[in-house]
Amino acid sequence: MAIEVDSVSKRFGTFEALHGVSLTVTDGALTALLGPSGSGKSTLLRVIAGLEAPDTGSVRIGGQEMTDAPARSRGVGFVFQHYAPFKHMTVRNNIAFGLSVRKRAKAEIDERVAELLKLVRLDGLAGRYPSQLSGGQLQRMALARALAVRPKVLLLDEPFGALDANVRAELREWLRRLHDEIHVTTIFVTHDQEEAMEVAEQIVVMNAGRIEQTGTPRELYEHPISEFVMSFIGPVNRIGNAYLRPHDVQIVPEPGGNTTEALVKRVVHLGFEVRVQLTLPDGREISAQVTRAAAHELELAEGQILTVRLPAARVFTPASEPVAPAPSTL
Amino acid sequence: MLGIYLSALVLLPIAALTAKATSGGPGVLWREITNPEALAAIKLTLVVAVVVVALNAVFGTLIAWVLVRDEFPGKRLVNALIDLPFALPTIVAGLVLLSLYGHGSPVGVNVAFTRASVALALLFVTLPFVVRSVQPVLHELELSMEEAAASLGAGPFTVVRRIVLPSLTPAIVSGVALSFARAVGEFGSLVLITGNLPFKTEAGSVYVFAQIQNENLPAAAAVSFALLVAALVVLGALTFVSRWSSKHVR
Amino acid sequence: MSASQPATLETPSPVSVLGRGAAAGRRRGEGALAGRLTLRALALGYLALLLVAPVGMVFYRTFEHGLDAVWNAVSASNAQHAFWLSLEIAAIAVPLNTAFGIGAALLLERGRFRGRAALGVLIDLPFAISPVVVGLTLVLVYGKAGWLGGWLADNGLSVIFSVPGMVMATAVVSLPFVARETMPVLRELGTDAEQAAATLGATAWQTFWRVTLPAIRWGVVYGVVLTSARALGEFGAVSIVSGRIEGQTQTLPLYVQDRFENFDGTGAYAAAVVLALLALGTLLAMNLLTRRARERGAR
Repeated sequence: MAIEVDSVSKRFGTFEALHGVSLTVTDGALTALLGPSGSGKSTLLRVIAGLEAPDTGSVRIGGQEMTDAPARSRGVGFVFQHYAPFKHMTVRNNIAFGLSVRKRAKAEIDERVAELLKLVRLDGLAGRYPSQLSGGQLQRMALARALAVRPKVLLLDEPFGALDANVRAELREWLRRLHDEIHVTTIFVTHDQEEAMEVAEQIVVMNAGRIEQTGTPRELYEHPISEFVMSFIGPVNRIGNAYLRPHDVQIVPEPGGNTTEALVKRVVHLGFEVRVQLTLPDGREISAQVTRAAAHELELAEGQILTVRLPAARVFTPASEPVAPAPSTL
Repeated sequence: MLGIYLSALVLLPIAALTAKATSGGPGVLWREITNPEALAAIKLTLVVAVVVVALNAVFGTLIAWVLVRDEFPGKRLVNALIDLPFALPTIVAGLVLLSLYGHGSPVGVNVAFTRASVALALLFVTLPFVVRSVQPVLHELELSMEEAAASLGAGPFTVVRRIVLPSLTPAIVSGVALSFARAVGEFGSLVLITGNLPFKTEAGSVYVFAQIQNENLPAAAAVSFALLVAALVVLGALTFVSRWSSKHVR
Repeated sequence: MSASQPATLETPSPVSVLGRGAAAGRRRGEGALAGRLTLRALALGYLALLLVAPVGMVFYRTFEHGLDAVWNAVSASNAQHAFWLSLEIAAIAVPLNTAFGIGAALLLERGRFRGRAALGVLIDLPFAISPVVVGLTLVLVYGKAGWLGGWLADNGLSVIFSVPGMVMATAVVSLPFVARETMPVLRELGTDAEQAAATLGATAWQTFWRVTLPAIRWGVVYGVVLTSARALGEFGAVSIVSGRIEGQTQTLPLYVQDRFENFDGTGAYAAAVVLALLALGTLLAMNLLTRRARERGAR
C-alpha cells in the first residue's frame, strides 16, 4: 500500500527531529531512508509505524488516514534495530505472536508459522529461544514475526546495523529477493549509503530533520542536488567550491585541455579497484580511482608524477541549488 | 487505583501525623520534643545511631572486601547469611541477641537493659546495608587498578587510601544513610533486650510506643514527627553527598 | 523501619571472584597473605559474634528442654491462632502490594508525567519511617478519634484493633519492595519488546500479560519474597494497630513478645524458631532467585 506523509514535524524537548517532512512511497516499492545519525530517519519511520505521534502533519497508509491510529491497528510490520525479540518465547511463539493476539485458530497459526520459518530459513530452529540464536538468525526471526500478520507495510529500522560484515552482505541480498517474492511496500532506515544503493529501488536522503533529495540510486549518484547528497552518496573530491568523483579523475598520457600534473602520494589496492592519492602542484590533495588493469598498465608507484585530467566538476551554491555542470575552476 | 492505595496507606496517614504534631503550633511541638524523657530518648537514639553507623561503615566495608576479594570455603554461605537480619523478624532479632548476650548468658556477657544493648540490637538489624551497597561497587572496581598502583610502588595502605576508598565512598555513604534511617526508627529488636528504661535505654521509637499506650497521642505525634524529619534529613543530605562525591570521583 | 534490598541481584559470580582472588594471592607476597588472613578473621569473627552465634543460640535454647516441650509450645491454641493470623494477613497484604508494586513500577519507568520523582519518593517513604510511627499514623486516620474514625464507626467498620488495620499496617511497611525490585528489571528490559508487541497488534493489556510480565517475572518474584518475609515478621506497626488481644489480634511476632514477657521462655523461643525458619527459607529463595537471574544474565 502507498504511504503518504504530509508536513510532519516532531520535537523532542528542544531538539527538532523532523521539520515539515513530506514523502510519498508508492505501493510495493522498496525504499531506503538514508542519512547520518540524528537526521530524523528513524523518527520518521517510527511516526509512520505509530510508535511516535507527530506534533503536526499527517500520515496516510493505503489512502487511509492513520495519524492518530495506534500502532496496533495500522497493519504495519516493524523490525527493530536490535530485533526486540520476546526472550521468554521460542522462535515459533515469537513468530506466532501477532496471530495469537488476534485469536486465530491454532491450525491456521501453525500453518502460517511453518510457512514463515521456511521463508526465513529457520525451519530447524523453531523450538529455540532467542538467546540461542545468532544475530543473523534473530534478524530473520524478527522479520518473520513482522510478516506473519501479513502487514500492508514493512518497516525496518537499521536492519543490518548490528551484524558482521559478511552476514550483512548476505542478508541484504536476501532482503532484496524476499521483496521481489512478496512485494510488500517496504521502507528501511540506514546510515550506510552502500547498503541503500544496493538494496533500495528508491532512496530518500535525510539531513537535519529534512528530506534533502528523493530518487533512484542512479539519480542520486549522478544528479545530486546538494553537496550534502553528493558527499553522502559515494566518495568525493572537494576542490574549492567544486565537487568531483574520484573515478572522474582521469590519468592521461599527454597534457591537454583541463589537465595538470600530479604527484602520486599513495596507491591503495582494493581488489578490482585501485585508489590513488594525488598531490596537485598547488598542494591540494585529491583521490582518483582506476581499475586494477589500468593501474598495472600505468605502473603506478608512489613518488611518480602523472598527468591527470579533471573534467567539469559540480558546483553547489550556498543555497544548495545545483549549478552543474560547470567548467573546472582549475 | 494506585493513587487511592497510596493515599490510604501513606499520604493520608503522614498528613494526619503532620497535622497532629503541629496542631498546637510550634510552641507545643517544641515542648513535647523537649520534654525531658522525650529529649533523653531522642538523644539516645541519635547518639547510638551515629556510633552504630560508624561501626557499620568500617565493618561493612571490611566484610564486603572479604566477600569480594578473598576466597575461602563456605564463602557463598556467609554471603547468603548477610541478608539474615533483613529476613528475620525484628522481635526475633531481639530474642536472638538476648539468648546469647542477655541474662544467663552462656559466655558471661550480659548487656541486657544497658545502653550497649541498644547499640547491639541496632548493629544487628543494620548489618546488611553497607555490605550490600559496597559489594557490587567493589566487584566492579578493577583489581588491575589496585595492581597498577602497587606496581608503581604504592604500599598496601596507600593503595587502599588513595585508590580503593575514594571509589567506594559513595557506596559507603549510601549504605550509611540507609543504616542511619533504619537505626533511628528501629523498634522491634529493642523491645526485649533494652528493658525500655526511661532516661536510660528508652529509644525514640520506644518512647513513641509508650506514649501511644498511655493515650498521649500529641506527645507520640511530636516525637514521631521529629524522628521522621531526622531520618529524612540524613537520608536526603547523605544522598546528596553521595551524588556529589560520585560525580567527583569518576 | 524497614529493610531495603540493595543490589543483591548483582552479587559477584563466584567463578570470577575465585579467578581474581587466586591470581591476586599468587602475585602478592607473604606479608599480604598475612594481612588478608587478618582481615578475613576480623570479618568472619564479627559476623560470628553478631549474627551466627546468637541465631545458633536461639535454636539451642529452643531445643534444650527436648522436642516434646517445643511441640507442646507450638501446638498451644494461642500459638496456632497467631501463626494462622500471620499467614492470613500476609495472604491479603502481599497480593495487594504485588499488584500495587508492579503498577507503580510501570508508572515510574514507563510513564511520562509531572511529579514522577515525587511519586518515587512517596513509594520509598515507608522505608524511612519507623514501624511505630507507621502504626501511629494509621491510628490517627482510622482510629476512633482519627480523621475517618467517626465515619468508619457510623458505618459499622472497624479497622484499628482488628484485621483490616493489621493488614494495612503490614501493607505499608512492606510497600516498596515489589516496586523497587521490579523497576531496575523493567528499565533493563527497555521498551522495544513492548513496542514490537504493539506493532504486531497486541492491546496494552495483551502486551502486559504476554510480553512485559513474563520478562520481569523474576524481579517481581524476588520482591514478593521480600514482601512476604517482611509481612510475616512485622512487629512494631502491627503491635500498635492490633490492640494485641490474645487469641484474636495476636500475630506470631506479637505472640513471641507476649510469651517472653510472661516468663514462658520455651513458648517464646519455639515461636521465634518458627519465624527464624521462615526467614531462612526466605534467604534460600533469595539466593536461588539471584543465581537464576545471574545465569539468565550470562546467557
